[in-house]
Amino acid sequence: MDINTFRGLATVFALIGFISICIWAYSKKRKKDFDDAANLPFADDKQSSDGESL
Amino acid sequence: MNNQLEHPVYNYKVVRQFTVMTVVWGVIGMAVGVLIASQLAWPALNFETPWLTFSRLRPLHTNLVIFAFGGSALFATSLFVVQRTCQARLISDKLAAFVFWGWQLVIVCAIISLPLGYTSSKEYAELEWPIDILLAIVWIAYAVLFFGTISKRKASHIYVANWFYGAFILTVAVLHIVNSAAIPVSMMKSYSAYAGAADAMVQWWYGHNAVGFFLTAGFLGIMYYFVPKQAGRPVYSYRLSIVHFWALISLYIWAGPHHLHYTALPDWAQSLGMVMSLILLAPSWGGMINGMMTLSGAWHKLRTDPILRFLVVSLSFYGMSTFEGPMMAIKTVNSLSHYTDWTIGHVHSGALGWVAMVSIGAIYHLVPVMFNKDAMYSTPLINVHFWMATIGTVLYISAMWVNGILQGLMWRAYNADGTLTYSFVDSVEASFPGYVVRLIGGITFLGGMLVMAYNVWQTTRNNEAAATNPAASAA
Ligand code: HEM
Ligand code: HEM
Repeated sequence: MDINTFRGLATVFALIGFISICIWAYSKKRKKDFDDAANLPFADDKQSSDGESL
Repeated sequence: MNNQLEHPVYNYKVVRQFTVMTVVWGVIGMAVGVLIASQLAWPALNFETPWLTFSRLRPLHTNLVIFAFGGSALFATSLFVVQRTCQARLISDKLAAFVFWGWQLVIVCAIISLPLGYTSSKEYAELEWPIDILLAIVWIAYAVLFFGTISKRKASHIYVANWFYGAFILTVAVLHIVNSAAIPVSMMKSYSAYAGAADAMVQWWYGHNAVGFFLTAGFLGIMYYFVPKQAGRPVYSYRLSIVHFWALISLYIWAGPHHLHYTALPDWAQSLGMVMSLILLAPSWGGMINGMMTLSGAWHKLRTDPILRFLVVSLSFYGMSTFEGPMMAIKTVNSLSHYTDWTIGHVHSGALGWVAMVSIGAIYHLVPVMFNKDAMYSTPLINVHFWMATIGTVLYISAMWVNGILQGLMWRAYNADGTLTYSFVDSVEASFPGYVVRLIGGITFLGGMLVMAYNVWQTTRNNEAAATNPAASAA
């Protein structure tokens, strides 16, 4: 393959990769999963038995 | 006292050890920084002693602040965050202890070997081959500890902070092993396995990704846990954090050649590095905005919480240095800034403003948790530290901007007959005031670290008295 074709293809694949990640991240289906994930830092606050608050 | 501090579920011991060592190495590493800053103003301060010369202490400074101070902050926070967000204990206490003591041993080896003049002469990878091997073993143990704990997690999700820590751990392993490949000729001397321009490219592929994955991705892990935690609300956009992650790690790898503009490196590689650096602005600012906006609706907390202020100001400096970096990566700008103090200013706007400030904020959050206290011994002292750190950083970087542009312009000034207007020594002389201002900034920043050390010491010390009280009242 010509090196410039290769470079062009690499750029196109990078773009497709980027767009797919955006679509995946912003799809409605995943909203709940991500909201749960975003709350993981607070997951142990409620259940810690030793009264620790942080 | 240790029994009372043990957490029923998590291994806090290793986190506590690394937390304390972050402060200790921070003070020592920055004290060396202050010493070499004064040597640049007054060279006589090397006292004609080989192991006190700038050339030997400079790599000691960078190793201590990046790997001892920054490294300890990353170990402490990552091992804390991975346990808390996976709700699982570290897979092995023995392995955790090995990582802690192994890392301290690497640092002690650096403190001894660098002043003695042993160096592989690769920047940020100066340690000679036996120490490199030790470092690789400790690092792999750390990776096993971290990823093993992730595999034990309760929730199906892996929190985004762990993604950043994970990328940092994996990439640093690969970078270190590839870049340190060398042929030993004696116990403390080796030659790089690469030659010429290839060696330079490997060095800056390593060097820039050390910036991208050690000084950035790791600390973004800190940001994604401690900013939401300290602000008491989840991150602004979890979706943005995913795009941020993938964009950042796939771009950083390519930006290394901007350290080698106008060298023997092929032109296409230089242009690639420049373009990738420019694009890098986007994910960097995406991440900064994500961190900042986490505070939306909670801005008032900034008025009363100096810890949150450390975290937010660190994000502003992160934004500044990731704007400055792409600018400096443009070849024409780089032809002015390269080899000047501008680079040093850029480095410390990232190092003091971002890396140190975000770590300091996280440590202030961690210390009370680690020592079972409600809060730090003194919040006003955190505020004092905050102002000393901010003023110190601003003095440091503005002095270096002025010096850098001054040097760049003096070096490129020609007379009508084509001779240079200034000798190199003229530019050194002109830099003197800037060096003094930088020193004052450095002393201010170091002073803040001492305030922190005192505050941490008081917090942990009071623990002994306080710890007996709840036990007594519970009985
Ligand atoms: C009190 C604080 C500090 C002072 C006074 C200080 C001072 C210095 C000085 C004088 C140099 C040499 C500059 C030159 O060669 O012209 C230097 C280099 C460097 N310092 Fe610091 N430093 C401080 C804190 C830090 C921190 C916290 C970090 C990282 C987290 C850091 C990272 C670096 C790096 C990476 C270099 C090498 C820069 C390059 O090669 O371009 N410094 N520092
Ligand atoms: C988008 C992000 C960034 C880009 C594109 C970038 C770009 C650059 C450029 C062009 C240089 C000068 C190279 C030279 O002329 O020798 C440089 C040096 C440096 N930058 Fe950045 N920078 C970025 C962010 C950061 C951050 C956040 C830090 C964190 C601490 C940092 C640390 C450094 C260090 C340590 C050096 C000095 C390397 C050396 O010569 O020893 N950079 N960067």
